Amino acid sequence: MLEAIMGLAMSLGDPTFLVTFQGAVNWSVGFLTTVAIFAIVVLGLNVQWGYTGILNFGVVAFFMVGAYTSALLTLGPATGFNAYILGLDLPVLVGWLGAALAGALLALLVGLPTLRLRLDFLAIATIGIAEILRTFARSGNGLVNRNEGLNGIPGFLAGTVDRGDYKWLLLAIALASLLLVYLLVRAATESPWGRVLRAIRDNEATAQAAGKRTTVYRLQAFVLGGAIMGFAGALYAHRIGAISPPGFTDLFGTFLPYTMLIVGGAGNHRGVILGSLVVGFFWFGTPLVQESLPDAIGTNVFVWRQFFVGLLVVMFILWLPKGLIAEEARVSRFLPRVAGGPSLRARITGRFRAE
Amino acid sequence: MADAILVVDRLEKRFGGNRAVDGASFEVARGSITGLIGPNGAGKTTCFNCIAGAIRPDGGRVTLNGQDVTGWPPHRVYAQGLSRTFQIPQELSGMTVLENVMLTARDHPGENLWEPILRPWRVASREAEVREHAMAMLRQVNLEPLAHERAGTLSGGQRKLLELARALMADPELVLLDEPSAGVNPTLASRLVEDIRTINRERGVTFLVIGHDMDVVARLCDRLVVMTSGRVMVEGTPDEVLNNAEVQEAYLGSQYR
Repeated sequence: MLEAIMGLAMSLGDPTFLVTFQGAVNWSVGFLTTVAIFAIVVLGLNVQWGYTGILNFGVVAFFMVGAYTSALLTLGPATGFNAYILGLDLPVLVGWLGAALAGALLALLVGLPTLRLRLDFLAIATIGIAEILRTFARSGNGLVNRNEGLNGIPGFLAGTVDRGDYKWLLLAIALASLLLVYLLVRAATESPWGRVLRAIRDNEATAQAAGKRTTVYRLQAFVLGGAIMGFAGALYAHRIGAISPPGFTDLFGTFLPYTMLIVGGAGNHRGVILGSLVVGFFWFGTPLVQESLPDAIGTNVFVWRQFFVGLLVVMFILWLPKGLIAEEARVSRFLPRVAGGPSLRARITGRFRAE
Repeated sequence: MADAILVVDRLEKRFGGNRAVDGASFEVARGSITGLIGPNGAGKTTCFNCIAGAIRPDGGRVTLNGQDVTGWPPHRVYAQGLSRTFQIPQELSGMTVLENVMLTARDHPGENLWEPILRPWRVASREAEVREHAMAMLRQVNLEPLAHERAGTLSGGQRKLLELARALMADPELVLLDEPSAGVNPTLASRLVEDIRTINRERGVTFLVIGHDMDVVARLCDRLVVMTSGRVMVEGTPDEVLNNAEVQEAYLGSQYR
């Protein structure tokens, strides 16, 4: 994998920061850490949209609330020109727990009034909530340090290893967190509970006729997803060390996770993790090929990548709407697995094997 | 009526200026199979939707098992012992036939978010019971061989059978069937009549059935309620109703005259 990336980079025109093996390793470790954090966000979104059909256009709001909450809980009191609330100097793990709770609380606040309405109202409310939070963080005096943001957020177990090796520990933490969230989400959704969620998504009248309180289930799924996104935000904050409002854009925090979900396969947890890796490579790998592109594109590569990721979504929706790994027919893991649908290749080529 | 499981009293539902149900009153005797018939647009399905809580009536009263359930949400009406099928089958096409049926099970701890995470063994044992029960329901409607197929692959008639299996899975006291035999081939429709009669006799389940196929309705039902323009026109045994001149004029047409 590493050699492949490096080889690719070399042959594509020798970008200066990837000429050494060490450079390739550094890039890959950072890249995989980022992808793991995104994959956690996408798993949260998969509970909300993939399973339950809740259209949340404010993913970045939950991510941001998690990042700020954990930072405020673990940073020391504000000093000098800085002005922010809390600063409780608590252990990082407490901060992460607080971040998940904050994400859940935000979901509860947004979901309670809107989830009983038609789903488009929730979508509109969630667009608003992300904008409100950013504005709040930017302009609230003495609240979260406005546009300066929060700096010096402590890394988890930062003092335990050499500075140079800390990136490996970060990667391990991110991957372990991803595994934990994956197992949790799997346990929760590949179950009778998940069956109700999917019934609500596919046909609410049927779920109601089957005696399910659909609003309650929607709220549960929304809150679980929100908690997971909040947790991911905390991982991000402690990894990057400094956060500020302009960093939490809709493009980065909402659009990109949706892209990963659609490409990977909504409703399939392994699929969306794969989708995070693939779309992440498209997105974060752009600098690798920048110098080998024609000038017209190369100089504006960060604009063009938005276009290409958008194109990717359109292509998947048209030709591979179920994503790289399609949702299984079976929901509950307590039942035997059912022979899957057509293979990936058959779904791309449109040639289905006669049974 | 001595023991009515369902009493519908002067039920009203308007859609804009259209009085879909306009003061309909009828009763369903416990243990009976009652047919609800009438021409298209008579308000039969709207009646069903008001009884089951899918829509809220504008007036009148629905009493189920002695309990006033008027305007209750569907899950509470379900808890009171009612289950229903839809005129146009509402199967969950991406899910297996088996899980479509299992969805309707009562008292499943696994449908509580924390149980599958914290006590999976408890969920597993109840899930096994529910699965057995669902398989038995599918056997009853001849869909057992298709249990592990996606529901979207079923034919129109098979979807009607799946609706029936799902309604029965809830161990209901009263089942509302909306045109159970529409689109089902005649051989299977006959079997369906037998099956419903058997379930009615052996388990004491009461049925209220909307029907278009007069042969099926006459063979299936103990009693018929005829609706036109949102009101009940005639009630009685199938013989009485089918020989009523007014009914023949309004609904059945010349073939029965």
